[in-house]
Parts: sequence; structure tokens; C-alpha cells
Amino acid sequence: MNKKPIIVVAGNGMVGYKFCEKLISKTTDYQVVVFGEEPRPAYDRVHLSEYFNGKTAEDLSMSPSGWYEANNIQLHLNDVVQEINRTEKTVHSLKGTVQKYDYLVLATGSSAFVPDIPGIEKDGVFVYRTIEDLELISNYAAKSRNGAVMGGGLLGLEAAKALLDLGIKETHVIEFAPRLMPRQIDQPGSAMLQMKLKELGLHIHLNKSTAKIAGDGKIEALEFTDETSLAVDMLVISAGIRPRDELAKLSGLEVGTRGGIVVNDYMQTSDDDIFAIGECALHSGMIYGLVAPGYEMADVVVAKILDSDKSFTGFDMSTKLKLIGIDVASFGDPFINNPDCKIIAFEDTNKGIYKRINISNDGKNLLGGILIGDADDYNILLQNVKNRITLPENPEDLILGARGGAATEGSGVMSLPDDAMICSCESVSKGAICDAVKLDNITSLDGIKKCTKAGTCCGGCVPLVKDLINGTMKESGLYVKNVLCEHFDYSRQELMDLIRMNNVRSYDEALDHYGKGDGCETCKPAVASILSSLWNDLIVKQAPIQDSNDRYLANIQKGGTYSVVPRIPGGEITPDKLIAIGQVAKKYNLYTKITGGQRIDLFGAHVNDLPAIWEELIEAGFESGHAYGKSLRTVKSCVGSTWCRFGLHDSVSFAIEIEERYKGIRSPHKLKGGVSGCIRECAEAQAKDFGIIATDKGWNLYVCGNGGSKPQHALLLASDIDKETLVKYLDRFLMFYIKTADPLARTATWLNKMEGGLSYLKNVIINDSLGICEQLEEEMQGLVDSFHCEWKEVVQNEELRKRFVHFVNAPEEKDPSVDFDPMRDQVKAKEW
Amino acid sequence: MEIAVETLKWILACTTADVPENGGACVKHGDEQIALFNFTRRNEWYATQNLCPHKQQMALSRGMIGSTGEECEPKVACPFHKKTFSLISGECLSGEEYEIKTYPVRIIDDKVYIGIKETA
Repeated sequence: MNKKPIIVVAGNGMVGYKFCEKLISKTTDYQVVVFGEEPRPAYDRVHLSEYFNGKTAEDLSMSPSGWYEANNIQLHLNDVVQEINRTEKTVHSLKGTVQKYDYLVLATGSSAFVPDIPGIEKDGVFVYRTIEDLELISNYAAKSRNGAVMGGGLLGLEAAKALLDLGIKETHVIEFAPRLMPRQIDQPGSAMLQMKLKELGLHIHLNKSTAKIAGDGKIEALEFTDETSLAVDMLVISAGIRPRDELAKLSGLEVGTRGGIVVNDYMQTSDDDIFAIGECALHSGMIYGLVAPGYEMADVVVAKILDSDKSFTGFDMSTKLKLIGIDVASFGDPFINNPDCKIIAFEDTNKGIYKRINISNDGKNLLGGILIGDADDYNILLQNVKNRITLPENPEDLILGARGGAATEGSGVMSLPDDAMICSCESVSKGAICDAVKLDNITSLDGIKKCTKAGTCCGGCVPLVKDLINGTMKESGLYVKNVLCEHFDYSRQELMDLIRMNNVRSYDEALDHYGKGDGCETCKPAVASILSSLWNDLIVKQAPIQDSNDRYLANIQKGGTYSVVPRIPGGEITPDKLIAIGQVAKKYNLYTKITGGQRIDLFGAHVNDLPAIWEELIEAGFESGHAYGKSLRTVKSCVGSTWCRFGLHDSVSFAIEIEERYKGIRSPHKLKGGVSGCIRECAEAQAKDFGIIATDKGWNLYVCGNGGSKPQHALLLASDIDKETLVKYLDRFLMFYIKTADPLARTATWLNKMEGGLSYLKNVIINDSLGICEQLEEEMQGLVDSFHCEWKEVVQNEELRKRFVHFVNAPEEKDPSVDFDPMRDQVKAKEW
Repeated sequence: MEIAVETLKWILACTTADVPENGGACVKHGDEQIALFNFTRRNEWYATQNLCPHKQQMALSRGMIGSTGEECEPKVACPFHKKTFSLISGECLSGEEYEIKTYPVRIIDDKVYIGIKETA
């Protein structure tokens, strides 16, 4: 017979579920019975709008199926507690179940507040609360052209996003207050948010009070108190929440005059054995409409039942969310004003960023703030508030970043106290995370999530958790040194310095002095690249340490043949040269294709044919295109002012000049450039490692862009500069990259890892903060001056030519395993 | 009852100068392609099949050689996808199931001979 005391939970929302989860993680001494009104177990309401992006009800579910059975929790779905008999200590459900309880937890949540407006009952008017609501909205939206959301708060804007996602062409947001999200952000923040939302196609109406919903049976228009009106096909009401306190009221529990079940600091109602948590609870006159405080309340009740000491003393209402792709955050006390504090605000209408921080009058502490458009700093700012961290000397650095000099000290994540709450949803402290790293050796984010649950709910603290993992590893010396491979205990940068200072000229010499073992396919090409970047010797002289492609100065392709890419600087080519390429391709049966970098790739060359092919190409005036090397590929150009009616300057000539300058130089990874003749950007220069765009005053220089698997736009390094300055900056930039990047790190990755980021890079390149610019320019000039076409040297050198055979004992014979299939009048490699 | 007796037949591959230092070359033996490696750094020679079993490419002779681990096991990395194989046992060191054939090598007066198994 089951003698365990019984806990009944009325409500199966997020908070009700979290209570069960927290309870069973601590004890199995209680029998738990849950009543839920909805047809499905608790689901994630915070991410409800993702239901429209293809997430299913199962995806949103809080628990894996079978969770309740596995934990011996009785779950009654589609059933609701209707009556509490406090003297008998029983609850009576709608379906007639009578259940005894020792403790009762009311987690009845809230319903949407529906204002009493004439016409509110018409078809096409919805609330936004449950998956069922969403299904109704979704069905109705299919036949609607325009729609409106009543309420410009957090949920209202979420609902507006849902309407956009459902394909409603014209979506309006109606807000009674003079600003959006009035509980979270201030007037300038609202203005910035409004501007960004407008760009996304939302129509915002502030100071609008709805007088009537007009229409014949179904909604046709909204009529406002200012005697204007708006024709809409549907309306979603999101005007706030109303705590579900009917059951409590009926049972004689004390409720607030404006709703909510009154609770004390232990979440006890006026009946000690009955608790209320989540949005139905009224604590010190406050209803908490967020999930994190609800979770905290659940924790307090578990503690109370288990007789441990924990109380609820109010909750920080700081929030960070992404609204339709726009960051919005408010933390601490966002609204405190002069003379109670000093305010630092930053506004950038170009990028749509607004940041405000409120600092104490003595300048020592951060009190709160608002972030719109860029909330990357939210976590660390929030921690500064919560832990009363002493502010740095220039608190503006907190929102503007350190501009020059060292990075800001004292506000970093490692300086937080151990009890600093990192994950508020799951109440995980900094100490808990650091201990998991230090004591249990867990060093991956997934590991930390599994072990501490930090970052598993809203995910907002994930960047902070990552920083903590890395910071702790560094502190405890766990940090793995960035070494080349098992043969060299140095980073690429360190090894490069050693090789330069000691005038090392070969791989074996480097391995003898600074390495161990016999090398491998990682360190050999890395050292080859370093030697080449330093001394610019002929690549083929050290062929066996070169990467696959550099070894034969061509790109190995499926089937073991090679592709040949002659340099076509800036993509400009004469008809005669085009004919020459065509003739070579025809003669050697090569497949030809235009590449993404505005040149022509010739595929399917036997290794034996490479020298002869190049002899003919060189004869026709071509040079190696270095498509095989970790080096400059192309500088793509648009046609520019010589022909284009929009062109500001001659982009082709500049692209050719730049490509000729840096061709052949070996770098940690390949380099791509682009030059556009105007802001239309036809050369896609901002997707390149360096991009140059003509302006009416000169040229803009962008750096560290990337296409590929993780596209990233290049960032503006300098604007409106002349050609000479630009080349100077580019010399410095490229040489700095060559000298400091890890092997196979593209410029974008290199910058992403750089402490201080773009502002640091600007300081080095433009302000010469390291005092190395002169040296960088000299070194680059040395490389430029020592350029040689590798293929020209091979073609002219009988000894080197001999390397290009397949069989060492049958040099005339080609690899018989090579085979092609026909395709569209050309050939392709046989499938492997 | 017949007993298969394996004997080694030594074929002349090339001269030592034909294979680049610390590099490889491909030797033709009938229809067979053999990758031959001149591990100058260790003063050793190795031979394996030229075919990389991963994508069936005749490529190992163009791969980079090196060593791994405390024992400095000599290895070659295929130029296509960097699968690495022991030059001694032929075992795939990148954790794949397949392995490659290895051959003994002899140097006599600057001439390189590879031992091919023959069943008599």
C-alpha cells in the first residue's frame, strides 16, 4: 500500500512541469499527481512562435515521452481541478476524480487579458496563448490579407512575428501606450525598435485606443477613439495576462484586488498546505509574467516541502530576447533617471543600435540599462548589476568596447564572484560551472549542459558559459597550448619567429632544431608555407613537404588527374589569350569551366602532361594562377568606370594592379580580393579577405570577409582613402596576417579570434600601435620583389620537369587507371 | 596434398636518385602499381600499394610521409583526404577498417629492388 504523502499539482504549464522535475531530482518520497487542462503534456510556451517555423508540438514538449510514467507521476490530461475541499484536503476534477492531497501546488498560470471592447466576440478575433490558439490563427490566416495585433508588448511583438511568418502581407501593431514594450524599454529605445520593425514591414501605431471592432459577423475593421479606423481581416489580442485565480477564489484563498493568488515568501497561500507558483501567484503585489521567476518559485516550494531554507524575495525582471531578428534587452533598473543616477547612452541610427546604461552617482556601480539592436553584452552587464561589480574607469567601454589600449579589465566573466547566477532559468551559479570544469574535467558546452543544466532553457547564458569554461581551463593550466602538431610544440607564429631569427632554410633544419620525430602532413606544409612567406624560395625545390597541390603545382582532382588555372588578373583577358586557352584545352582533352574568381579552370590533365601544357600557356603569355597554393587566388573586379555608367573609378585597373602585386605570396590560407567601381558592389568585394569599393572621394577598404561555409561580411578598415594609402594599409594588413595567423586560418577566423577584434586591428594597421608598420611594409616589398612564376622555372628546368611523371620506371606511360566519362560535349572524372 | 610455398622475387624498380628525398614515386610492375618511399631522414626505404583503399585512387606515392607517436611509426598520408597508413604494417592509422599491402625493399649499389611474393 502506498503510504507516501501526496502532492497534487494543479496545472501542467512550464512552471508546473518544472516543479515536478525539481522535486523528483531531490526526492522520491512523495506521490505526485498532476492535472492539466490542455490535451498534451507541458510544452515550451516561450518559443511558441517557432511552431509556425515548422517546429512540432513534440519539439516544443518540455519532457521526453514517457517521462511522467518513468517517474511515477500520475498525469491527468484534458482534466482540470474544479474544487478544493480544504477541510478534507481533497481536490475534485471536472471528470469526477476525487484526489486526496497533503500538499497542493497551484500552477494554474494565466489567460490572455481580453479587454471589454464592443465586437470582441466577432469571428477573426483571437488570443495568443496556447498551441490550440496558434492552430486557429494559422487556419484563419490562410484566407486573410492583412491583420493586426493589439498590444505592443513582448508577447504582442512575438504574435506580430507569427503573423508575418504566416504570410500576412500587411501586419499592424496597435499599442495603447506611447511606446513599444513599455515595461522593458524607454522612449529612445522604442523609437529605435520601431524603426527596425518598420524596415521589416510591420506597421506600428502608438497612442491608439480601440473603441470598437466593426464588421458583419466577422471582423472587418478597427475603430479607434481618435475617430480613425483601420481595415483588417483578423486581430490577435495580446494585451497582457490575467492570473487564473478562480479556483483559489472559490476555495476561499486570499486573492489580490486586481487578480492573483496572494502568497508569502515561501509561496504559501493563506492556507499553509496550498502553494501558488508562476503567473497565478501574487507576491508583494507583483505578478511575474516570465518563466525564470516561475522556476525560482518552483524551487522555493520544493525547498519548503523538504524543510530546507529558501525564500522568494522578488526576482530580477531583466530580459533579453530576439524579436524578429532584433536584439532587445533590458536589465536591472532600466528606467531609473536623473538625478538618481547618471546615464550613458549611445545611439546609431545607421545600424539601428541603441544602448543605455544607468550608473550610480558615485560612478561605482551599474544599476541597469537597455540594449536594442545589439545585445551581445547583455549577460556581462547583467552580472555587473547583480554582483555590484566595481565599474572600470571608463564605464562607457562597457557598451562601446575598449577603444584603443588594453581590453577592459574588471568586467570580464572570470572576475565574477562564485555565487553569481549565470543561468537564471536553472539557477546555476558561476561556482557550479567552474567546479564542473575543474573537478569533473568537463570542458565542452554539451558536457556542462548535461551536468549542470545551465543553458538548457532559454539559452541566453550560453556565451557566458563558454567564456567560463575557457577561462577556468586557462586558470587551472588545463588550457591546451596552441601547437602545430605532435612534432612541434610551437604555434605557427612562434615557429615563424624562430625560423626567421635563426635563418632556418629547410624543413629538416627546422625539425632538427625545434621539433621531434619525422614530421607529418600537418607540419610539413605549415613549415613550407612559413619558409615560403619568409624567403620566397622556389616551391618545387622543397616539393616533398608541400601540400598535395603545391607538390605538382596543380590541383589534384577525382581520379588522380590535375587541374590547371592560368592567372587572369582582375578577370580581364584578350581574345588571343582566350583562343590560346581553348587550343591547349582541345589538344590535351581538358574540361573547361569558368571559376567563381573570374578565370578559367582546365581539368583532367595527366601529371605527365603538366609541363607541356604550361609551356604552351607561358608561350601565350600566361603565368601560374597559384590556384594550387595557399596564396592569393584572384582579385575579382566589376567593369568599373571605363564602361559602366555608374562606375566611379577604374576598378579593373586597380584590381589588376593589386593582383599583380600580391600574386604568388604564400600565406596561412588562400586569399581572395575584390574591387568594385561603386557601391552596387558587383565584384562582391565584401565577401573577400580584402575588398575595395570606390567612393566619390576615393576608395573604401574592407577586410576579413569570407564566403564559403561560414559567410561573413568584410569589415570597414578605412574609408575614402587614395590608392597609395590603400596599398600601404593592404601591405601591412596582409603581412600582419601572414605573420600571426594559425595554419589554415582564413582572415575572417583570424580576426574573430583576435583579442580586441577590429578596433585592435585598426590600431595596428592604421595607428601603428605596435610600431611594426614600417617593418611589415618592408617585408611585403621584399616578397613582391622576389616574385617568380613557378611554372616558368619548371618548364625551363629539365631536372624539375622529370618530377612530373606517373611511373618512375616508365616515364612515358600515363596512369592507366585514369578514366573519363563524356558529359555535354566534354569529359568528367569517373565516379569514385 | 600440395603445400603452397611463398617465395620473394626481387624486381629492380629504379635507382636511388630517381626517388625524391623524403618523398615517393610510383613503380610499375606489370599491372600492379607500387608506391616507393625514400625516407632519407631515417635512411630507410618503404614500399606499399599505390592504391588508397578509401576512394580507390592511385595516389599514395604522391602522399606526404612522416611519423607518429612515441615509437615514431613511419606513415604516409593520402593526398586526397589525408587518410594515413603505417609504412610497416599497412594498418590505417586514421581508424578505418581497411589496410594497405606493404613490400620489402632492398638497396644494392644505388639500385632499388622491391620484393614481390610469388606462390609456387
